[in-house]
Amino acid sequence: MSMTILSIVITLLVVALLAKPMGIYLVKAFDYQQTGLDKIYGPFEKLLYKIGGIKQVNQSWKQYALAAVLANAFMIVLVYMVFRFQGILPLNPGDIAGMEPTLAFNTAISFMTNTNLQHYSGESGLSYLSQMIGILFMMFVAPGTALAVVMAFVRGLAGNKLGNFYVDLVRSITRVLLPIAFITGLIFVALGVPQTLEPTVTAHTVEGAEQSIARGPIGSFLSIKELGNNGGGFVGVNSAHPFENPNAISNFMQILLMMLLPTSLPFAYGRMVGNKKQGRVLFVSMAMMFVVLLGTSLAYEYQGNPILNDLGMQHDQGSMEGKEVRFGTGQSVLYAVVTTASETGAVNSMHDTLTPISGLITLSNMMLNTVFGGVGAGFINVLMYAMIAVFLSGLMVGRTPEFLGKKIEGKEMKLIAITLILQPLLILGASAIALFTPLGSDGISNPGFHGLTQVVYEYTSSAANNGSGFEGLGDNTSFWNISTGIVMYIGRFFGLVTMLAVAGSLASKKLVPETVGTFRTDTSLFGVILVGTILIVGALTFFPTLVLGPVAEFLTL
Amino acid sequence: MEEKQKMFGPIIRTSFLIMVLCGLTYPLTVTGIAQAIMPDKADGSLIYSEENEIIGSKLIGQSFTDPAYFHGRVSSIDYDGASSGSNNYAPSNEDMINRTKESIEAWKENNPDTPISDVPIDLLSNSGSGLDPHISPAAAYAQVKRISSITGISVEQLNKLISMYIEGRELGLFGEERVNVLTLNLELKNMAE
Repeated sequence: MSMTILSIVITLLVVALLAKPMGIYLVKAFDYQQTGLDKIYGPFEKLLYKIGGIKQVNQSWKQYALAAVLANAFMIVLVYMVFRFQGILPLNPGDIAGMEPTLAFNTAISFMTNTNLQHYSGESGLSYLSQMIGILFMMFVAPGTALAVVMAFVRGLAGNKLGNFYVDLVRSITRVLLPIAFITGLIFVALGVPQTLEPTVTAHTVEGAEQSIARGPIGSFLSIKELGNNGGGFVGVNSAHPFENPNAISNFMQILLMMLLPTSLPFAYGRMVGNKKQGRVLFVSMAMMFVVLLGTSLAYEYQGNPILNDLGMQHDQGSMEGKEVRFGTGQSVLYAVVTTASETGAVNSMHDTLTPISGLITLSNMMLNTVFGGVGAGFINVLMYAMIAVFLSGLMVGRTPEFLGKKIEGKEMKLIAITLILQPLLILGASAIALFTPLGSDGISNPGFHGLTQVVYEYTSSAANNGSGFEGLGDNTSFWNISTGIVMYIGRFFGLVTMLAVAGSLASKKLVPETVGTFRTDTSLFGVILVGTILIVGALTFFPTLVLGPVAEFLTL
Repeated sequence: MEEKQKMFGPIIRTSFLIMVLCGLTYPLTVTGIAQAIMPDKADGSLIYSEENEIIGSKLIGQSFTDPAYFHGRVSSIDYDGASSGSNNYAPSNEDMINRTKESIEAWKENNPDTPISDVPIDLLSNSGSGLDPHISPAAAYAQVKRISSITGISVEQLNKLISMYIEGRELGLFGEERVNVLTLNLELKNMAE
C-alpha cells in the first residue's frame, strides 16, 4: 500500500516535470515567426501545404471557425462511408461486415469530436482498414483540431491575429502528435503490445481446448489514443486488456501521455500572453483539484465493497471486481481519475463497477471538465471559467472586469454564459428524455440508484467529449447511437465557435493600461476564486443528480 | 500575403493527405519496424509447444477448470480471446453478489483444507478484461493444498514453484506482485510428468 502511494506520487511528479518543457515546445511549434523547428519540419510541411492547397495567411475568427467546423464535417462524412463499406474494402482479414447506419453515425462523430464513446467492440466490429484510415486518422485530426483552436484562442487573448486553421492543423500533426506517437508506439510494442496485420490466431490450450486470440496493429494505435486524449480502445475493454496495457510500465506511460498536453497548455498560454505567472496559477489551481479528487477516490476504493467484504474473503486489496491484478486498486484508481480529468476516456478498470464514491469522482471530473480537461477543449473551458471569475469579482466590487488588459463586456459574457449553460442542458436534458422513454431506460443493466448514474454518465461522457462509459449500459441501439451522437456534436462544436468569437472580439479591443486598481489575475487569491467559481457553478448544477445516483447508492450499500 | 485562403479545396485535399499520412503511412511504418526488430512481442507474445503448436499467449489468461491446475480469476467470457470484457456489475448488483457467494460455496467444496479467510478477493472476482493472466501470490498459495492432494506433489515443492514464478513490481515500484497462471501451470505440468 505504501509502495503504491509512493509510485503514484512519483508518477504525478514526472507529469508535473514534463509539463513546462512541453509547454515551451508548444509555443515554439505554433510560432509563426521563424524558429529553430522550421529547419527540422519546414521542408516536409511546405510539401504538405502544397499538396493540401494551404496558403500561410491569417484568417478572421469567422473564417477560422468555419474552416474547423467544415473540415471536421467533411471528415465525418468520409469516415462514415469507410465504416459503412468496410465489408467490401481491402484489409479485412476477419471478414467483418459493413457497419449499421446509426452505429456508423455515432462512431464517426464520436471519434471526430475527440470523444471516442464506443458502441461497438473493436475485435468484431471494425476491419483493420477501418481501424486505420477511419479511427486512427480521426485520432490525429480530432486533437489536432483542438490544439489548433486553442492556439488561435490564446493568440486572440494575447491581442494577435488568430492564424490559419490549416497551418495549425498540419503543425499539430507534424510537430506534436506524429513524432511523439511514433516513438511511444514503438516503446509500447517493446513492452509487449502487439503490432501486426495478421489475423486472430487459434491456440490449443493446456487443458486441450481451443482459444482464439484477437490482435492487430495496437501499438501505433495506443500511443495516439492516449497522447491525443482520444481514449477509444482497439479492443473492446480498452486498456484493461492485457494486449492494450500489458504491465505497470505501459500503464505509467499511458498516464504520462494522457496528461502531457493538458498539463502543458497553461505553461504555453502563460508564455504566449506574456504572463508566465498566470499560467502557473492556472496549473496549480487545477493540480490542487486533481489531488483532492484522486485522494478521495483512493480512500474509498481501498475500503472495497462492504457487501463483498462481509463474505469472509481477504479484502485488503480493495474492490477487485472489474479490475486487473497487475494494476491493483491503486493504479486502477489513478488511471480512472486521470482519464476523466484529461477527458481521454481510456479505461484500465470497469468504471461501472467502481465503488459509488469513486464513480462519483469520475463523473464530477467530466461534469466540471476543467480539472485539466482534454487537449485544447479543456483548457479553453478553464479560461472561460477564469473570465467568469473575473466578471463575478468585478461585479462584487463594482468595477469593469478586465482580463489580460482587455475589458470583458456584455458581448463576451453573453457568449460565455450560453456556452456554460449548454453543457448541463445537454446532459440533464438528454438524460431526462432517456429516462422518460423505454427506448432509453431499457438500456439500464444495473437496477436501482446505479441505473440513473449509468444514464447520466453516458451523456456526461458524451457532452464532455470524454468517451469512457458505465459500459453495462446496453447502448448500441438506434436511440442511444443517435442521441449521444447529437450530444457529442453539439458539446464539441458549439463551444468551439463561441469561444473563437470571444477571442476574435477580445483581439480587436484596445488594451486598458494596468493601474493599482486593476484586479490581478496572476495571484493565488485569483486561483482560489477560480476554483471556487468552478466548484460553485458545477456543484449547483449537478449536485441533485449526484445525490440521487452515486450518493444514494453509497448510502444503501 | 495577398493571396486568399480558399475554403473547400484545402478541406478535401488536406483530409485525404492526413488520412494517408496518419492512417496508413504511420501504422504501416511502425508495423514494419516492430516486426523487424521485435517480432515475438509484435505478434502477441505467443507461447509455442515443442511441436511448434501455439499453446497461448503469455499475456492472455486461459481457462483452467481441472482441480490439478492453478485456477485464474473469474471470467464471464470464459477467457475467450476473440473478444474481451466483463459484466460491468454495479457494486450493488444482486447478480454479482450471488455469483460471488456461489464461488465461495464452490471453493469450500473443492478446497476443504483451506478456509475462505485465506482466499484473497482477486481470485473470486471477475477481472475487467475477462482475460487477466495473473492472480496475486496469495491466491496461488491458497490453492496449494488442493493441488498437492490431487497430484501428490508436496506442499513445499509447490510453494517453492510459486515463489519462483512471482513477478515483482515493475522497477520495484509500479503495479502489484503477481503470478502468471499459464506459465505457472506449464511448469506444474512438467513437474507432474
